[in-house]
Amino acid sequence: MSHHVVEVDCLDYRYPDGTPALHEIHFTIRHGEAVAIIGANGAGKSTLLRHLTGILVPASGSVHIGDYPVLPSTLRQVRRTVGMVFQDADDQLFMPTVYEDVAFGPANQGLPPPDVEKRVADALATVGCGHLRDRPPYRLSGGEKRAVAIATVLAMMPDILVMDEPTAGLDARARRHCIGLLKAFAHTRIVATHDLDLALDVCERVIVLHEGRVEADGAAQAIFSNTALLERCHLEPPLRMQGCPCCSGKPGAA
Amino acid sequence: MRTVDEFDLLAAADSPLHAIDPRAKLLVVLLAAAVIASYPRHAVAAMVPLFLLPAAWLALGRVPLGFVLHRLLPALPFVLLMAIFNPLIDRVPLIEAGGLALSGGWISFASILLRFLLGMSIAILLVACTGFNTLCSALLRLHAPRVFVVQLLLLYRYIFLLADEARRVRLAYALRSGGDRAVALPVAGSMLGQLLLRVMSRGQRIHQAMLGRGFTGDLPVRHAFRWHGRDTLFLLGWAVWIILARAVNIPDQLGRFVMKVLA
Amino acid sequence: MHMADALLSPAVGGGMWVAAAALSARASVKLRSQPSESLAPMMAVLGAFVFAAQMINFSIPGTGSSGHIGGGLLLAILLGPHAAFLALASVLTIQALFFADGGLLALGCNMINLGVFPCYIAYPLIYRPLAGDGSSPSRRLATCIIASMAGMAMGAFAVVAETGLSGISELPVGAFILLMVPIHLAIGLVEGGVTAAVIGFVSRAQPEWLVYNQAKTQPRGRPFRRIAACLLGAALLTGGLLSSFASENPDGLEWSIEKMTGKKEIDGIGHPIHATLAGWQSKTSFMPDYDFRKDDAASKDDVRESAANPGTSLAGVLGTALTLLLAGGIGLFLRLRSRKHP
Repeated sequence: MSHHVVEVDCLDYRYPDGTPALHEIHFTIRHGEAVAIIGANGAGKSTLLRHLTGILVPASGSVHIGDYPVLPSTLRQVRRTVGMVFQDADDQLFMPTVYEDVAFGPANQGLPPPDVEKRVADALATVGCGHLRDRPPYRLSGGEKRAVAIATVLAMMPDILVMDEPTAGLDARARRHCIGLLKAFAHTRIVATHDLDLALDVCERVIVLHEGRVEADGAAQAIFSNTALLERCHLEPPLRMQGCPCCSGKPGAA
Repeated sequence: MRTVDEFDLLAAADSPLHAIDPRAKLLVVLLAAAVIASYPRHAVAAMVPLFLLPAAWLALGRVPLGFVLHRLLPALPFVLLMAIFNPLIDRVPLIEAGGLALSGGWISFASILLRFLLGMSIAILLVACTGFNTLCSALLRLHAPRVFVVQLLLLYRYIFLLADEARRVRLAYALRSGGDRAVALPVAGSMLGQLLLRVMSRGQRIHQAMLGRGFTGDLPVRHAFRWHGRDTLFLLGWAVWIILARAVNIPDQLGRFVMKVLA
Repeated sequence: MHMADALLSPAVGGGMWVAAAALSARASVKLRSQPSESLAPMMAVLGAFVFAAQMINFSIPGTGSSGHIGGGLLLAILLGPHAAFLALASVLTIQALFFADGGLLALGCNMINLGVFPCYIAYPLIYRPLAGDGSSPSRRLATCIIASMAGMAMGAFAVVAETGLSGISELPVGAFILLMVPIHLAIGLVEGGVTAAVIGFVSRAQPEWLVYNQAKTQPRGRPFRRIAACLLGAALLTGGLLSSFASENPDGLEWSIEKMTGKKEIDGIGHPIHATLAGWQSKTSFMPDYDFRKDDAASKDDVRESAANPGTSLAGVLGTALTLLLAGGIGLFLRLRSRKHP
């Protein structure tokens, strides 16, 4: 069944000023997989993610979400399936109150008000922000904004969840909460992140980007153990796979 | 944006005035503004009864007097500057009492000051007891153009963010320019240019976020308030008082009555 | 340059409100019919930008004081006239509600003074015909400055007219013009320069963002010198009018005020409106016990107008009207020409 399979085929993309950004990107993600996209700053992670919801259009190659190719004519269907959480939560919270922000998506999907109400309540409960219902977004802390931004997307019940740097700037507890959320999400997850420990916790598969190309695509454990690969791509292993500073030199276990 | 923050906090409180339908409050304020402006140039005493409005709303709305005065302060110098021309130009004495002559200019000066205090305090109380988002919803229900109201809401949402950014940029400049608050002109162009680019980037990202959640061009505006009997009472009661205060010079009548009684 | 409630009569305030409301409604309709739905978030952030930019004070060389950008022309260039007008209108609304900038009755006036003149006059009738395709920075600078100064001057004149017609302030039109216009021309000069710098910045860094302005059918750059000469001629004509008026008071503002205080010259325009308003209220005593009758404005001014020359104030109004007509007329002329010769 090809439903909700993300298929990226020979994707090429250049920035408006001509700089090449992505080159021959090729991968397939099956329903239910949790995939981390990692790479150094400027490797092209965010750019790649934006192709998945049709924000950017490839110069050549294609992106398929389930049965739909991502084209200007299919954007509506694509965006019902793929929910994207941005890096900057402020860009996603534009309504006067949290409730209205979370309700925005379901309302646009054409749901009747009682259903919208239920979706909002469920989404806010999932992220633990039910008490913030009537709060205006500029009154939220960084962690709360991030959680509510996730709720705005969850309320649309997407089949594929795409997140760009979900734990950046979060304190330990908020981060742990976010990780728990991702683990509990039943469907496909695609997460671009610098937080390799999150990748290790949540994702069984890792795609490594380096200078706009796919440098590696495989099981998380294998990739994170491959220090030569990581170094070539200006990365390091997840913190808990590095040597413990107290035990000085003993190889850290996963 | 501390100002706007303070307004927000007050608006989130609970009071009899908060509970009144925002449309009623808005209409009263607009009527008051029009009537206050309609007083003749030298009206002073005749306007005094209208102070009942801000006084009552201050009490009903549980708004601290200090807050209102504090908000009036920044606008005061400009009004004074404009108003001071009146006594300078008009020197014909209009009132003589106990050896003191008061020119028409000073009376009209006082009138301008009163207009300012009255009009501004009422507007401040409106916002303090209603909340901006609610006010926008009221505007929509009163048939203001939708595009404009949506613009107000979105603008309000993002002012805070951008004000913060401007503050940070200004601070960064001050730290590296030996404490100058005012930016040198050549730098200003580049500083504002960079800020503008960041702002427009954000505008694009917001748009993408909207599209990602099914935006088709219209932002829904929630307006969950309902008109009750007390709102009609509120509107009519204040309208009557305002018009009465304008039609009849109440202090004058009161004075005559008292004199008659004493005589 | 915000107009204040305290100086406004309901007739003037109400009239301007109606005009502003009509223009807002019209702009809203125009924007709805445009398919660009990316405009709403962009308008909002740019409105917020104007707010933020007004917090950044820059020092004005040679004067020792500081100022900030107004933003009208900048917004018009970035967004086009309708979107810019609505964005400015919303900024003014928030300023009126939260910062007591002017007041609610004066909101209509402020939308006209600070919104209409840059967006619907200075931008389409001065900036666009002159700016060309944006390839010449010096041309852009000159055009921004001229457009900005024109917009500011019109706004200043409008404030004077609104105050004068309201009749609450007793500041004579002539003195007020002398007070307002030179300052605002100077502000316009600086603002034009900063606007040009910012637009230049954006056009170098992200030229594709200048497409939010839907009215992107730029006419081919008209011969700059000819048009600049026309505008200069208009400015000289207006200046000539002003100076012939001001020559009654050659020694500057203080002298003119003293003179007028002595003459007790009253703005002759206020009379008819005040007679009407005073007619509302029956003549009553101002305060009990005092020997005073509050005359209506008309008779009181008659008493004091012994030496005043009605012709002088009339010239002030003429100057205002002529400037507006000239600016608009030239712009219209240019537009009609550009239609004939695309």
